[in-house]
Amino acid sequence: MIDARIIAELKATLGAERVLDTLVDRVAYAYDATWGEALPDVVVLPLSTAEVSATLRIAHRERIPVVPRGAASGLSGGAIPINGGICLCLARMNRILEINPDELIAVVQPGVVNMDLQKATARYGLFFPPDPASWDMSTLGGNVAENAGGPRCLKYGVTKDYVLGLEVVLADGSVMRTGGRTIKNVTGYDLTALFVGSEGTLGVVTEIVLKLLPKPAARRTVLAIFDRIGDACAAVNRVITSGVLPLTTELMDGDCIRAVQSQRDHGLPADADAVLLIDVEGWPEALEREVALVRAACEAAGAREVRCARDEAEAEELWAARRAISPALAALGDKLGEDIAVPRSRIPEMVERIRAIGRRYDLRTPVFGHIGDGNLHPYLICDRRDAEMMARVRQAAEEIFLAAIELGGTLSGEHGIGLAKRDYVGRALDPLARAHMLRLKRLFDPHNILNPGKIFAEMDG
Amino acid sequence: MGSSLERLTQPLTGQRVHIPHLPDYSVLRHCVRCARCLPVCPTYQETLREVQSPRGRLALLKAVAEGMLPPTPAVEEHLYHCLDCRMCNTVCPAHVPIGECILAGRAALAHQHGLAWWRRLVFRHVLISAERLGPALWPLRLYQRSGLARLVRPMLRALPGPLARLRRMEALLPPLPSHPLHATLPTVTPAQGIRRYRVGFFLGCMMSQLFAAESRATVDVLSAAGCEVITPPGQVCCGSPQDDQGDRVQLRRLARANIALFEHLGTLDAIVTDCAACSHTLKEYATLLEDEPAFATRAAAFSALVRDVYEWYDAILPPTLDYDSTPPLRVTIHDACHLANAQGICAPQRRLLGRIRGIEVVEMEAPSACCGSAGIYNITHPDMADRRLARKLDDILSTSAAVVVTNGPGCLLQLRAAVRERQLPFQVWHISQLLARCQHTHADGIPVPGRCGRAAAEEVRL
Repeated sequence: MIDARIIAELKATLGAERVLDTLVDRVAYAYDATWGEALPDVVVLPLSTAEVSATLRIAHRERIPVVPRGAASGLSGGAIPINGGICLCLARMNRILEINPDELIAVVQPGVVNMDLQKATARYGLFFPPDPASWDMSTLGGNVAENAGGPRCLKYGVTKDYVLGLEVVLADGSVMRTGGRTIKNVTGYDLTALFVGSEGTLGVVTEIVLKLLPKPAARRTVLAIFDRIGDACAAVNRVITSGVLPLTTELMDGDCIRAVQSQRDHGLPADADAVLLIDVEGWPEALEREVALVRAACEAAGAREVRCARDEAEAEELWAARRAISPALAALGDKLGEDIAVPRSRIPEMVERIRAIGRRYDLRTPVFGHIGDGNLHPYLICDRRDAEMMARVRQAAEEIFLAAIELGGTLSGEHGIGLAKRDYVGRALDPLARAHMLRLKRLFDPHNILNPGKIFAEMDG
Repeated sequence: MGSSLERLTQPLTGQRVHIPHLPDYSVLRHCVRCARCLPVCPTYQETLREVQSPRGRLALLKAVAEGMLPPTPAVEEHLYHCLDCRMCNTVCPAHVPIGECILAGRAALAHQHGLAWWRRLVFRHVLISAERLGPALWPLRLYQRSGLARLVRPMLRALPGPLARLRRMEALLPPLPSHPLHATLPTVTPAQGIRRYRVGFFLGCMMSQLFAAESRATVDVLSAAGCEVITPPGQVCCGSPQDDQGDRVQLRRLARANIALFEHLGTLDAIVTDCAACSHTLKEYATLLEDEPAFATRAAAFSALVRDVYEWYDAILPPTLDYDSTPPLRVTIHDACHLANAQGICAPQRRLLGRIRGIEVVEMEAPSACCGSAGIYNITHPDMADRRLARKLDDILSTSAAVVVTNGPGCLLQLRAAVRERQLPFQVWHISQLLARCQHTHADGIPVPGRCGRAAAEEVRL
């Protein structure tokens, strides 16, 4: 527990109404979108870099853990205050400071919600490409901390590809600027890249310079149905080698199809092994041609059926099935959503491994993913009341992680390591690289106050 | 504690504390904390404080059930910050009935601490029927008629602190009709022309006492459309205020009384109400009483007959209606929370207005976002209510509509008070007021004279 004296000091610094220490308030900051829970001792709601800095100065002096938090929609336990301390909630630092259509950049505070930036940039005919599934509620600070991805990363890359510069408050409260406002910038080490994806363990991001792109004029959707999931993966390669770089290549496996169909008829055959949803975007004239190429590639790869949406309403209808996955799986029971990535050529093998693991542990393992970028989301359907089953779930999850590593992939594509996967980091990283990461952690955060215990188990407690 | 994955996949704590009315643990645990509800929750958007979000409120209830959080008055107070607008229900991917859980939580905490004295007084003795509400309103009617209002109003403005609430209540009050509708409306209003339908009319307390002309217009429109309208005397409140304020005991009493009353009317095609909160609550009787063997089947039959006036109009009114206006009257729709979010009724009102020639419908941003009225919320939580109202007014004003239509009496109160006070350039109509001014042409080609009955004669009250 934090000393009452320190809470009083925080209240004197930020104002009592932005320092929450009642149990009722703390209960509401104990979680993120995983199943984990741990109470913070106090919640601080800063409005400015100066207030973040003041909070960290106190925490640094008193050796109090600080867990930065945005919307807490994360899926790796990153925002759970497992060692108590201060929950530093940045949701109220939510101003868009600048949108510059001439320089194609936006400068934002970390609490700005991804969707709000999308809306604001749309007025200039611009957009911010990273679009995690949580885009309508997750904050850009959270997107930066997790290096968030989304369905359209094959074409556009991930959050780190759009962060040009940062303002970061370091563990001792000092304020550092990294990067700048230009796309090209090779002056010194790339500290910006170091902080993107650092999950709040190296510093607290208080300002972000983001790169924007012009919004393409039109978008078309193609849905292809396959009897073999391997053919769907092959189709994606055929599409790309035919000269089309699709916006999305969303895969749903047979289990997902059946779950979705059991809720509402989306016109998907229950005996299909996979469905691929491919979007292309650009000028309408060019899209005619691209859609034809996508169709031909899917058919050549052995698609049973290919449907091309003629207008937005039809595209919506095709996407409705994709969006129905999450609620449909929720109807099956509790679900542990996983996130791994493998080289694209290994996807059919990875899917096979997931299915075999599911059979071995007697668990349903529906899979979907953004396969163009190698990212798969296997789900483990379970019942959280059943301790024996949960033990099987853990073993199955572990085997899935290890299989991904074995196939040359990685522990997490876009959700982050956080608490969920920190025990497996040692097996996924080169030992020397890991040692240097820990040295960096100690360099920036000598007292281990910043989100202690996340990414690296040895930093816990 | 073992591996970190183990920490995230611990079996559920399970329910350790049992308080009557507390929402079922098996429901609470289905919140996966995905945060989908945060961007649509009015109170979270205004405060950006988690405990004021749907997810936060569910977390409180789950913590209470798990014995982690004592069921203190502080928890209860937080549950009352919710507007009960049900916007969260419309986006929850796990289909958790969040709004219902919060109301059940209020009832559980009321059970724990007893119902506050003023809630007991208002929701057990005054706001239990239009009739019982009457005596409470007579002094106010006198106050408005005698000229006392003009005298007192400037003094109210000067009231300090908590007494400022009085000024607020005074400002909300519309000019009261000379008589509540239940006192003047006959039990049977015959259909004009051929009787096509026989409907029971559920006359809400607020509609009868505060918006008599509006509900009179409803009866006239129904009758003109071939409905024999039966309004049984002795109706009691639908129970919406009791549900909202944690009084489940009284809610059940009221539900049983209304069911028994309408059963006496013989075969009906529908039970229609022109109040969105009533239609929602009446439809909920089926689930409310499903655990009472003596009432379960009767409640289900009753609820199955209930139609919100928008649904019923959409079903029975002719394919085209004419509103005499050039240029067309610019109209925007404000969807009451209990209508759009709680009942999912969004299309009927739009189809209906689309059938009226002589009006132009302009959609506002977020038509089903709460206007801040929310039952008695604008009196209990004036600051938050004002912030919601300001957003709603901005959204209305940017449509440049001359008329806002709605069917929530709370919305009528809230929006009309704002129009009066700020002299805004639009009027707020109940949907029936618009329809009463339309010329109806039946499918069989016989025009039905519009501007029917008293509704058209009586000026719109602003």
